[in-house]
Amino acid sequence: MNYPTNHPMNRSVNRSANGPVKRAVPASPPSDSPWRKAQAWFSTMTRHRLMLTLLLFAAGGMVARASYLQLLHKDFLQDQGDDRYLRVVETPAHRGMIVDRNGEPLAVSSPVDSIWAQPAELLQQRDHWPTLAPLLDMTVAELDQKLAGKETRQFVYLRRHLAPSAAQQILQLNIPGVYARREYRRYYPDAEVTSHLLGFTDIDDAGQEGLEKAFDGQLRGVAGQKRVIKDRLGRIVEEVENLKLPQPGQRLTLSIDRRLQYLAYRALKAAVLENKAEAASAVMIDVRTGEILAMVDQPAGNPNNRNELQGDLLRNRAATDVYEPGSTMKPFTISLALESGKWTPTTPVDARGPLRVGRYLVRDVHNYGIIDVTHVISKSSNVGTTKIAFSMPMERLWKLYKDVGFGALSGLGLAGEQPGVLHHFSKWGGEIGHANHSFGYGLSINMLQLAQAYGVLAADGVKRPLTLLKRDQPLDPAEERRILSAQAVRQVRAMLELAVSKQGTGAKAGVPGYRVAGKTGTVHKIVNGRYASNRYFSLFAGMVPASQPRLVMVIIIDEPKGGAYYGGAVAAPVFGETMGEALRILNITPDDMPSMKIAGSPPPGTTP
Amino acid sequence: MNLMDPMRSRMEPNSMDRPEDGRFLHLIHLDLPLLFGLLAVSGLGLVVLYSAGQQNQDLMIGQAIRLGLGFVIMLTLAQIPPRYFRFWSPWIYLAGIVLLLAVMVVGDISKGAQRWLDLGVVRFQPSEIMKLAVPMMMAWFFAEKQLPPRWPHLLGGALLTAIPFILIAEQPDLGTALVVGCAGASALFLAGLNWWVMGGLVGALGAAIPLFWTFIMHDYQRQRVLTFLNPESDPLGTGYHIIQSKIAIGSGGIYGKGWLNGTQSHLDFLPEGSTDFIFAAFAEEFGLVGCGLLLTLYFFIIARSLYMAAYAPDTYGRLLSGSLTLVFFIYAFVNSGMVSGLLPVVGLPLPLFSYGGTSLVTIMASFGILMSIYSHRRPRSR
Repeated sequence: MNYPTNHPMNRSVNRSANGPVKRAVPASPPSDSPWRKAQAWFSTMTRHRLMLTLLLFAAGGMVARASYLQLLHKDFLQDQGDDRYLRVVETPAHRGMIVDRNGEPLAVSSPVDSIWAQPAELLQQRDHWPTLAPLLDMTVAELDQKLAGKETRQFVYLRRHLAPSAAQQILQLNIPGVYARREYRRYYPDAEVTSHLLGFTDIDDAGQEGLEKAFDGQLRGVAGQKRVIKDRLGRIVEEVENLKLPQPGQRLTLSIDRRLQYLAYRALKAAVLENKAEAASAVMIDVRTGEILAMVDQPAGNPNNRNELQGDLLRNRAATDVYEPGSTMKPFTISLALESGKWTPTTPVDARGPLRVGRYLVRDVHNYGIIDVTHVISKSSNVGTTKIAFSMPMERLWKLYKDVGFGALSGLGLAGEQPGVLHHFSKWGGEIGHANHSFGYGLSINMLQLAQAYGVLAADGVKRPLTLLKRDQPLDPAEERRILSAQAVRQVRAMLELAVSKQGTGAKAGVPGYRVAGKTGTVHKIVNGRYASNRYFSLFAGMVPASQPRLVMVIIIDEPKGGAYYGGAVAAPVFGETMGEALRILNITPDDMPSMKIAGSPPPGTTP
Repeated sequence: MNLMDPMRSRMEPNSMDRPEDGRFLHLIHLDLPLLFGLLAVSGLGLVVLYSAGQQNQDLMIGQAIRLGLGFVIMLTLAQIPPRYFRFWSPWIYLAGIVLLLAVMVVGDISKGAQRWLDLGVVRFQPSEIMKLAVPMMMAWFFAEKQLPPRWPHLLGGALLTAIPFILIAEQPDLGTALVVGCAGASALFLAGLNWWVMGGLVGALGAAIPLFWTFIMHDYQRQRVLTFLNPESDPLGTGYHIIQSKIAIGSGGIYGKGWLNGTQSHLDFLPEGSTDFIFAAFAEEFGLVGCGLLLTLYFFIIARSLYMAAYAPDTYGRLLSGSLTLVFFIYAFVNSGMVSGLLPVVGLPLPLFSYGGTSLVTIMASFGILMSIYSHRRPRSR
């Protein structure tokens, strides 16, 4: 040893050479008592050996633990693990397109991306907010508001329905916590022109109003399912398999002709503006098939702008609002009269008014004196119509009104359609009720019903069911129903032609080159349960060409305030303007060019 | 040889360990079996880190550089004769205490704990130094005393451990504090603490747990213990780590899912998958077979270190080697125990495996000291 014996290093070396402490002690006399034995055993156990034992215990414990988890609990833990990342997600189905009769799109779904965030993550990325917010069309404060207090939520929409390119721009910023999800958004190319008819979908692409709602089951399609691998933040890392392919919704082909719809919309809107009217509706149908070609309302909102999704702007008034039809009912009373054989177009009628009926007086605008039946229509005489009606039982008129479809739903399935009111004749209140019904008071109808009723006059007395869907095959004759005799109806049509002539009330409905038949109506509005003296509905219902009608159109203008209020002055021009173009577009032969009857070809898909 | 104890003569070092062999490795004071164990674990660690770190090459290269640095430090320390360590022990300890106090005053706060000291160039945790300084100080202290130690010396040693323990626990950094405390306790134990005293201390410790729980522990630490006892009680909160980690380990099965194929770690379900919970990421991909291999390697390193400690030439060396070995032992088995749900979650990395620099350097330094002590033995008299 180099150290002196008293040097600590030396001492400790000696100590260590003697072995750990306890070993140096066993000077105690050997004993056989168990206590001594145990002490001896403990003493011989060196500290290093104890450490080795501890190490063995620890390693053995760990191996046991690993085996417990990886052998015994393996299946359970593996399932738990799979549950965490294997997810089944829905793949949205493409909503079916709505197209017009010529295949022009009226409602289309296009893919869009909705940007969403995981609030807890995005809240830590405030540095990125100034770049992110403008792309979301927000201010930083608005973004802050959107995320504030939502740290525990896993999912918050930041902005829905962005164009894919705009969403891509956001995703390329690679901001943690910002994600996109594919959705479909509905676009309506014709906006206000078709909004009432089509309705709209909610932000989750489910139909809410109009045809979108009525045909939702057909349009919606079935969402698919796929199994994906998601990471902890819900990002899809990998698509494993498609469990079910999404089934796209079916295309819906309407009977609407987009061009005619637009014409009607334009003319109706012009009339509303010119006459400072509250609202207006118009319906155009194809006489031969019952197909609705146009259906427009005013005022109108743009369904592509969710701020304009308000009831007033989007209500399909043609179906949901009912009115007293007024003078437009006279042709039906006269048809009955002609059919009864008691009257002919030239039979004279004493139309000197006013006419006392019970406690009431029936009056005309002028005193027309004695006129023939034709002029009862063309002059629109209430007194004359009442006299004619009284020659027939009440029941006949009630049955006719019922047969043409008043008081019953049109069967189109439009949400919110009102059937109107047609009381049984026993409740009409006697003669005055009879009189009122003969010239269109005491009952209420909607514009679809009025169009269908005039369709009967246009189709020589045959009623054809209305439809909003394009008929691919000619109408089944079994669905047609004769309601009036052809001869009577033709005679009435001639009278209606006169009503649109220069001497009649509806001259402004005329279309150059064509013969138009139609009837005006001017009805007092009911305000607080009474007829208001100076507030009106102005109506016109007509058909063209009168020789063999192809199109029927009905128009109502609600409360014109521009001075004029007669149906002939306010509603009839809409008919004239729309039909002038419509007949040309549909290539319908003019009545006054007999040579064209041979040369002109009927439009495709129609039979003469 | 009559001074040798019987056990020692049974475990005579083999020829390779004899200094007079003049082998190259011995010349540079490296211990081949230990070096092999360290290289195997850290090499495997790099492979696992590449997968657990989402195949981030920068991460792996950074870790490889730190490992290289660690090996250089180990090699350097191995060259220094143990007497220098012994001489510097008290000063290093004192410097460590001063730095710990400095941290309390001017330290950086990160993640709610005040652990870091910013020296302008580097930021480091003085508590790391104490992992080496406490065993060195304890060894120095008891090497001067007569063994077995008497009561006043035992109390002195306990105080030397308690001061840094309390300072670190106050930061708060319970994991490091426990390591430092265990380092000191193991030195006390190796110094020859009386068995009865030891039993009494363990009893006292048990009695102190309620006091500890009420007065010393922070809320988050209490929560960790409660969670450990029943992780399912709060599966989305504090129990999340341990549940996810058990799922990752268990879903590995016998052979594992294969390298780069671990779903729980790659899909981010396993928290801290490249640092404290890297064992779970490893177990998921390499299965029970991999776990067995890794545990064997750790067992081998610790056993070899214990062996080397047993043959340390003096009390200082033996106490120091033994304590350092115990610290490594605690690291390895407390971490794997916590990740597999055997122990409560304590923020300790898996040594040589987890991503992160500071503790890696400390660990490599301790192996350097270990090798220095073992390889600077004087030639034995024959």
